[in-house]
Order: sequence, then structure tokens, then C-alpha cells
Amino acid sequence: MAERKAQLVRGFASLAFVVFMMAVAALPALAASFEDTLVGFTADSFNDTATAMSAVTESGDPLAPQILGALGDGRLLFSAATKKVYFKDSTDKLFDAATGAAVTAVAPGDLSPVRLNNRLRGLLSAALGSLTLMAPDVAKRIDAAETVFKSRDITTLPALDKALAQEKNAEVKEAMLEARAAIVIGAPDTSPEHRLVAITALNTRGDGDALVLLRTLPADVPANVKQAAASAISSIEYRLSIWANVQNLWYGLSLASVLLLAAIGLAITFGVMGVINMAHGEMVMLGAYTTFVIQEFFRAKFPGFTDYALIVATPAAFLVAGAFGIAIERGIIRHLYGRPLETLLATWGLSLILQQLVRTVFGPTNRDVGAPAWMAGAFQAGHISITYNRMWIIVFTIVVFAALLALLRYTAFGLEMRAVTQNRAMASAMGIKTGRVDALTFGLGSGIAGIAGVALAHIDNVSPNLGKAYIIDSFMVVVFGGVGNLWGTLVGALTLGVANKFLEPFAGAVLGKIVILVLIILFIQKRPRGLFALKGRAVEA
Amino acid sequence: MTGFSTTHPTLGKSGFAFLLTDRGGKILLALLLAAIIIVPILNLAVPPSSPFHISTFMVSLFGKYLCYALLALSVDLIWGFCGILSLGHGAFFALGGYAMGMYLMRQIGTRGVYANPVLPDFMVFLNWKELPWTWYGFDMFWFAMIMVLVVPGILAFAFGWLAFRSRVTGVYLSIITQALTYALLLAFFRNDMGFGGNNGLTDFKDLLGFNVQTDGMRVTLFVLTAIFLAASYILCRFIVSSRLGRVLIAIRDAESRTRFLGYRVANYQTFVFVISAMLAGIAGALYVPQIGIINPSEFAPANSIEIVIWVAIGGRGTLYGAVLGAILVNYGKSYFTGALPEAWLYMLGALFVLVTIFLPKGVVGAWPTIKARLAERLLSSKPKLEAAE
Repeated sequence: MAERKAQLVRGFASLAFVVFMMAVAALPALAASFEDTLVGFTADSFNDTATAMSAVTESGDPLAPQILGALGDGRLLFSAATKKVYFKDSTDKLFDAATGAAVTAVAPGDLSPVRLNNRLRGLLSAALGSLTLMAPDVAKRIDAAETVFKSRDITTLPALDKALAQEKNAEVKEAMLEARAAIVIGAPDTSPEHRLVAITALNTRGDGDALVLLRTLPADVPANVKQAAASAISSIEYRLSIWANVQNLWYGLSLASVLLLAAIGLAITFGVMGVINMAHGEMVMLGAYTTFVIQEFFRAKFPGFTDYALIVATPAAFLVAGAFGIAIERGIIRHLYGRPLETLLATWGLSLILQQLVRTVFGPTNRDVGAPAWMAGAFQAGHISITYNRMWIIVFTIVVFAALLALLRYTAFGLEMRAVTQNRAMASAMGIKTGRVDALTFGLGSGIAGIAGVALAHIDNVSPNLGKAYIIDSFMVVVFGGVGNLWGTLVGALTLGVANKFLEPFAGAVLGKIVILVLIILFIQKRPRGLFALKGRAVEA
Repeated sequence: MTGFSTTHPTLGKSGFAFLLTDRGGKILLALLLAAIIIVPILNLAVPPSSPFHISTFMVSLFGKYLCYALLALSVDLIWGFCGILSLGHGAFFALGGYAMGMYLMRQIGTRGVYANPVLPDFMVFLNWKELPWTWYGFDMFWFAMIMVLVVPGILAFAFGWLAFRSRVTGVYLSIITQALTYALLLAFFRNDMGFGGNNGLTDFKDLLGFNVQTDGMRVTLFVLTAIFLAASYILCRFIVSSRLGRVLIAIRDAESRTRFLGYRVANYQTFVFVISAMLAGIAGALYVPQIGIINPSEFAPANSIEIVIWVAIGGRGTLYGAVLGAILVNYGKSYFTGALPEAWLYMLGALFVLVTIFLPKGVVGAWPTIKARLAERLLSSKPKLEAAE
């Protein structure tokens, strides 16, 4: 009797201790009490095993998942003689279950696995499910709640309620409430009060899943519940539509940044020389291939620094494409001034040659440019997911644009370039070497295209046709924005990018693009020289 | 620019003066007439074992070249004589081709895979229940032939009227014509448009009750193409030699000045643009039964740019030069894509670059210089040969 009493006291003590421990959820369980809970596994009775299992589950000990997992796989061993419990990992290495330390000493000779029956297996899977709801780690608890939300398994409800009762972290509590709401909202025997709580929780969650769940509300609920659900649905729908717009805006910005990168070089060459460079897309392609080559070089020579290949690739792409640009200007375009249509044809021919050249050297297949670690992955902002590579490309575009503006505004070369753009004859009369400015401008425009290639290599296939895909869009941006200044190109790229992405959900990707093209054709009728046209007598020349 | 001007001292003397003074044109028409007479004989009457036999494959191939020649002619009419560089003329060609293709599709009737008497196979495949309105009337030959002219014509009129009235010229016009054909390319790729989507229209059987696959029909189509090319040439020559043609050339050389002289430039430009689009449509309509397929890739901007280079190589602003250029480049393309497939794109690219820099007047324009130089060389080398002997 006395012994039984002592056991009871000890049981109460440990229970009290567990409750206390839960109250300070962040604190790790103490090894001593945890070891005690394990003793039940050594009795070789199903009832004791069940008790021990729930004790382990409630302990919240970091070892608990491992132990329960081992139990399920028959890897949990006990020694009846020493009353100690061990578990083996998948490589048959033995660990002390109480401490998690690897067993270095000689293991007891009488190790045998803890046995399970069907009832225990059922309990075990429920325990495993709810176990992480009480894990000390906040992120793990949220994950567990999210799992329950997705599974909507009604058997986890008791464990969830228990976890909810002792949860102190507001964020986790919210996630658990949502999980609970997911379970009870559609259940037939939920009380109206609980349903209202569930509706509130789902309304707070406010995503597509919540919307689906709210629609599973049974028909035979009181009017006030129905009304609450209806207003929650409309509130969620409203918020989701705002988020959808934010998402579209983001996609639009992302597309706009790519368009801007591809078009801005074209705008420079077109603005200064009135020359449409049909080989501009191929300059982008050359930039992309330069990136590829440099990355391969880093991979072969300095495998540890592959992530930094980009730092070398950007200026290299600028130089390669820029050198090609200057060569094209000196070799071909110089002979065709005053004949813009012929220039268009000659550069088109050049683009065919460059494409075929790259095809001969690198082969017709797509080449892969790996993203550095800091560009991989995505993060969640509200209800939209933002990929790092798109974000960095936007940042990159802003930097390039700002640098270019500064170059035009504050350097002597920029001044000369603007002078030639506005009035070539007068600039020449003032002593500016227009031929040199032309060559450098063409080099600059091509170099910027090369830099665009660096960015595009990370979001698109590096293939000989890379340039082709962007050339018409780039023309549209330039023609729409006008060639008066770079801000026109910016506005053009933003408008087209965002309009395209906002049209896509209604019209589909292809029809959206057609609509944009038709709108541009009509817009050109209204403003034949684009949004930001140069004014003055230089225009007609 | 004076090199392009077509001065006709005999203008107005006789009804056919515009042809008689045109030496290149006379040669072209004589060659076409010879082809019309000789090719059917060599194909149908001469046995295949004879070295003079022309295979049906060759007949169709040259029929295709003549279609391209007609297309090049239409581009030369606007580019060479009015300074409108269209980078979207392939669109009008393809639209004419689609009009013909739709007629041919309706003629298949129950002989299709799904044997539906009204719906073409691809519509049955897409589970469509009835014919879309765009296809109404295309079972009638006369209606389809009117559409070959009307559809490109209306598109060209709408586009030209908007663009020319707003004085969109030069590079800007070239770019938006390219946007036009690109938009059509994307549109025709869509299955919902009801024109066969990606696969286009193919598997044709009959044209006016005659099987299009037979040798006789192939030769007939070749002859028809040659006749249409000759007739279109005469039409174009007539236009550019008339008073209207003079205004077109004036617009090409000094648009603003022509406007200030009181001419309604936009009306002239629109007129010639529409005529050109219709000619391109006819070329497409003749092309489709000979090739046996029409699909959206005909709208690709690259194709349209290639047409321009045919004209540039042959000689812009001469009309017969465009025909020559189209045949030369396409013959070269057929030959080299077979013999040296890798090299063709290099050669085409180099053609663009070299012709624009060194042969701004094309082969035809450079011919007098080449002839003079050849004669000089012959003269200077003859004494040497004699001395060697």
C-alpha cells in the first residue's frame, strides 16, 4: 500500500512537473524525469508501453520523435535487467534513449525490441502526429499545426486542444486555432459557438484554403453562423483579390525590369543614331554566353568561388558585347548613315551570322547557367511568394538604369552624346567628334545589352535564339516610350510589363500579348514618336 | 536616289509604251511566256527517261519560286517606288494563303479522317459542333477567291490608313508592320481562332474538282502562277509609269516636299499599300495548293524580313529585279540548305550585309558596272592571250 502510495505521489509529482514544464514551454525537459517516463517501456506489457508512450509524447523532449519513430519501426530496445531503454538508428548504431548519447560501453546482453499490437500502433501514429504540436521549437510547432490544417484529421483534435491550451506563443496559437477551425468547421456535430470561433480563425487566415473550408460549412447551421461565414467569405475574397493584384503588379515589375534591361541599350543607339540595331538581341545573347563561359571557367578552376562568377561575368559581358558593338559600328553601320532602313537590313543579316556562329561554337542546345546560392529560392511576403532571382534582377536593373542616367548626366561623354542626339550638325560644328561618339555610343548600348544577357541567363535558357525572343518586345518598348530620354524607356517598359501581366489572367498569355501589340500599333498612330518624343528641328532629320 | 528614277520619254505616246521602254521587263515577260509553253511540254509530253524531262517536283519547286517572286514584286512596289519598308508583308501572303487553304479544307468533305461532311478534321478533333462564322462561304470558290484579295486588302487599308494618316514613316513604320505580323503569328497559333492552330491547314484534296496532287494539276498551277506573275508585273509597271507612279516616286524621295506641293501623301501611300497587300495575298493563294500546307509560321517576322532582302539583292525599284532576286535567293537556299546546311545562314546573313553596303542597287543596278568591267578585262586580256600563242 505504501509503495503504491509512493508511486502515486511520484506519478503526481511527475505530472505536476510535466505541467510546470509545459508552462515554460521553451525550457528543455529535464533528463531525470524523462528517464523515468521511459521505464514503462521496459515492463514488456502493452498497457505500460501505452502509458510510457503518452508520457513521452507529452514530455515534449527533443528525443521524443526519435524514440516514437524507433518504436514504430521496432528499433526501440530495452533491457529488462538494467531497466534501461535504447534505440538503434538506421545504421544499427545504439543510442541511450534517455540522453540521446551513443552507447560506447558494452550494451546489456538481454536487449529485445519493445513490442506493439494494433491498438498501440493506432495510438502511436496519433501520438507522432500530435507530438510536434508540443515540440519546444516554435517553427516546428507551426509546421505541425499547418500539417493538421492540411490533413483536417479529426483524430488529432484532442492532441490539438491540449497543445492549444498550453500554447503561449501568439503566432503558434493562431496557427493552431486555424488548424482547429479546419477540423471543426465542416464537422457535423460542432456547436454554433465553436463554428463562429472557427469562422473567425479562418477569416484571419484569409487564403484560398480558408475560402474552400468556409464553403464546406454544413447547410443546417443557425442563421447567424451562416451570415458570419458569408461575410467572412466576402471579406477573404476581397483581400485575396487585392493580393492577386499585388502579385500581378510584382510579376509586371519583374517583366518590366527584364524589358527595360533588354530595351535600354536599343533606346540609346536608336536615340543617338536613329539606327535600329536588329542585332541587338544577339548582343544580349553574347552577354548570356559570356556569363556561361565565365561560370564554367570558375567551376573548373575555382570551384569554391562559383557564386562569385557573377562579379566577373557582369563587366566581362559588358566588354565582350561592347567590343562587338564597336566593331559592328566601325565595320558596317558607319557606311550606312543616312540610310536607316538599309542599316536595319544589314544588322538583321549580322544577327543571323552571330546566331549561327554561336550555334557552331556552343552547339544548338540550351546551356545552363546556375544561380548563385543567394539568388536561389523564394520567400513569402503576405500571400505572395517572391523569388530571389526576380528580386535581384529588379535591383540589378535599377542599378544599371541609375548608372546609365549618371553617365549621361555627369560625364563629358554623356554630354557629348546628348549633344549629338539633339543636333548632330551643331554638335559637330562645336568640335565634338561625332564619329567617335557614335562608335562609343554603339559600344555602350551593346554593352548594356550584354549586361542584360547576364541577368537573362539566370531566368531563361541560354540558347542561340535567346536574343530573338526579346527583340520585338524591346522594339515595342522603345517605340512606345520614345527616344527623347531614358525615362521614356523606363515608362514604356513599366507600362508594357505591368499591362501584360494584368491582362494575362483575363485574356491568357498569348491573347494578352496580342492585345498589347495591337494597342501599341494604335498608340503609334496617336503619337508617332512615342511617349517622350524629342522636339525641335532635329526630329525630322 | 536618281538611279532609281524611271524616266519614260515616251510616256503618253502609246498605250503600251510603259512596257515597250522597259528592257528588263520585256526579257522577264518573254522568259515567263517561254516557261508557260515549255515547262508543261517537258513535264507531260517528254518521257521521264529523257534528259529533257522536268520532274513534277521541280515544277512545284519553280512554282514556289514564282510565288515568292510575286511576293517580292509586291514589296518592291511599295519599297522601291514609295519608300515604305514593310517588315510584315509575309502577313498578307499568309492571309491569302489561309483564304485558299480554307477553301481547300472545305473541299475535303467526307474524305477527312473523321469523315465529317462540314467540319474540317481539326474542328472535330477539338470537339467543335458547328462551323465558326469565319468559315462561312469558303466552300464556294468564287467567295474564297474574293477573300484572297479582300482580307489582305482590308487589313492593309485599315493599317495603312491609320499609319499613313498619322505620318508614321521610316523605321517606326517598319517596326509596327513587324508588330502586326507578330501579333497575327501569335493569334493564328491559338486553337481558339479556328484556323487549325499550330498545325495550320493541310491534307488538301481537290481544287475545283481536280485532285491537287496530280502532275497535270501541278503543271496547271505552275502555269497559273506564271500568268499571274506576268499580269501583276504589267499591273505594277503600269502603276509606276503612270502619273500616280510619279507621285509615288516623289513621296519616296521627298515626302514632306510632296505634301507641301499639295498631294495627299497618305492617300497615295494607302492606295499602293493596299494593291501591294492584295498582290501578296494572290501569291499566298497560289503558293498554298502547290506546297500543300499553310501554317502560322508563315507569319514569322523573320520571313517578312527575308522578302525584303530578295528585293534588295535583285535591285530595289526595278520590279524585274525583285523577281530575279526572289528566284536567285530561293534557288540558292534550296541548293545550299541541301548541300551545306550549316553554311546557309552565314551566307544569307552575309548577303544582307554585303548587298546593303556594296550593292545598294542590287544585282540589276550593278549590272552595267559589272558589264563594263568585264568588257574591260576581256579587252585587256585578249592581247595577252594572243601574245602567248
